[in-house]
Parts: sequence; structure tokens; C-alpha cells
Amino acid sequence: MSIRDRSVAPTTPILEEDAAMWTAKIRRSLVSTLPPERLIPDRQPSYLSSWIYMFGALTLAALSIIVVTGVLLSLEGPTWWHLSSVGLFVNSLHLWSVELFFFFMVVHLWGKFFMAAWRGNRALTWMTGVITLLASVGAALTGYVSQTNFDSQWIATQAKDGLNSVGVGAFFNVLNFGQMLMWHIILLPLAVIAITVLHVLLVRKHGIVPPIELTEANQGGEA
Amino acid sequence: MTAIVTVLLGSLIDMSKPGHYIHWGFLQISLSNLIVVCLMVVTFVAAIAIPYKRKARNRS
Repeated sequence: MSIRDRSVAPTTPILEEDAAMWTAKIRRSLVSTLPPERLIPDRQPSYLSSWIYMFGALTLAALSIIVVTGVLLSLEGPTWWHLSSVGLFVNSLHLWSVELFFFFMVVHLWGKFFMAAWRGNRALTWMTGVITLLASVGAALTGYVSQTNFDSQWIATQAKDGLNSVGVGAFFNVLNFGQMLMWHIILLPLAVIAITVLHVLLVRKHGIVPPIELTEANQGGEA
Repeated sequence: MTAIVTVLLGSLIDMSKPGHYIHWGFLQISLSNLIVVCLMVVTFVAAIAIPYKRKARNRS
């Protein structure tokens, strides 16, 4: 028998008196919103047979390299990444994975824009992608000013004028190295990772947006 | 080996000189950024145009 039963049976029966508990309510809500077979599906629709659908996953792959190399840089510190050959290599990996992250994310954005990927109740998925892009720009800027070299000093003095001109310099001071480092290694990575996880969960919940022609065909010619 | 790579890369991109900028009316973009934008456009078009070959899978 090659076809297996794909349904997932609960391992522990829920007692009747426990059904009203908040834990049971949250569990039921989570499972009904995102059943395991939809969270990690075995198969994808045939319309995904195009290279343009690869760029979201490529962006995630680049993000994972950024996180791993960023953790290594945090553990070892500036002397290591400026002076040792391994440190320089990891620093370069961190930079180039960021370059690829933005490259893939922009191609992903263009692809989803021309697919009108917000169709079918997917507006929140689209907006979480937009916020991830904005948070990533902030993460990149704070990274450039946290390099501890002449390049970072030059970028900080230039960015300072730009940020002061829009009135945010008082609480987001790019010349304050400690503040920029905290934004770069704690606040913005947390934001980017958390919103990316939400973005992926929303994609899993609503499914990958079907092509416009397919939607029109299903709706009898109506968009 | 490292020295050879440094010389080769250095001959392609001289990082000690100011970057090249392209001006078009009020628009200004560095050559390096323009190259990256062009690469993204080429990748985008290629991702749509190049057929995606699927492996024949046994569905039994």
C-alpha cells in the first residue's frame, strides 16, 4: 500500500473538563488556523513550476547565512573580524549574504508585485513582506555603521545629516556607536526574523497565490 | 595565492579611487549600483523566461 493516511491523529485525548481551558482553546485555534499538513505540505500546486517562485526561499536561505555569520561575529568581536583571516572571511560572508538577501528579496518583490500577490485575502502577507523589507534596510544601515572602520565613520556622518533632516536624529543617532550596535544585533534582527516567520506562516496559511489567469478561469472570467 | 587574487581583483576594481557615477538629468547612480540593478532585471527576466523542468515522478 503506497498511499498512507495523511491525517494526523491527536496523541492524547482531551478530557471534557479541559476543553474550556485557555491552553485547549489556543491549541484548537492554532490547529484550525494552520493544520500540520498545511504548515509542512508534501506537495505544491503545479503552477509553482517556475523559477520566479524560488526567490522567496533563496531570500530565506540568505537570511539564515546572515544570522549564523552574525552570531559568529558577535561572539568573536571587531579585532577578530578585522585582523584574522577567518574573521575577515566570516565578515565577508556576512556582507555578501546581505547583498544576496537584498538581491533575492527585490526579485521576489518584483515577481509578487506583477502577480498581484495580495489577491485572495493575502493583504497581510504582502504587508508583512513590506515591513520586513523596511526593517532590513534599517538592519543594513546600522550594520554599515557598526563595522568599526573608516567606512563606517564616513557612512555615519553622511547618514546623520539625512536623518536629522527628517527629524529622527534625536532618538536614532547614527553617531552613537553603542546605540547602533544594539539596533543592529538585537532589535532589528529580532524584528526581521519575527516578521519573516509571520510572513512564512501567512504564506502557508493562505497558500501560494495562484496565477491571475487561473483565478479568472475559476471565476468565469471575472478578476 | 592571496597576493595573486588581490592583484587580479585590484586590476578589475580599484577601490582606492573615487567611484564612477552616471548622471542622467537629475538622476545620479553609481556604476556599481547600476550594475546590480541590471543584474536583478536580467535575473528577473530569466526566472520568468527559462522553462522550469520538472522531474517525472511516480504518482502511484
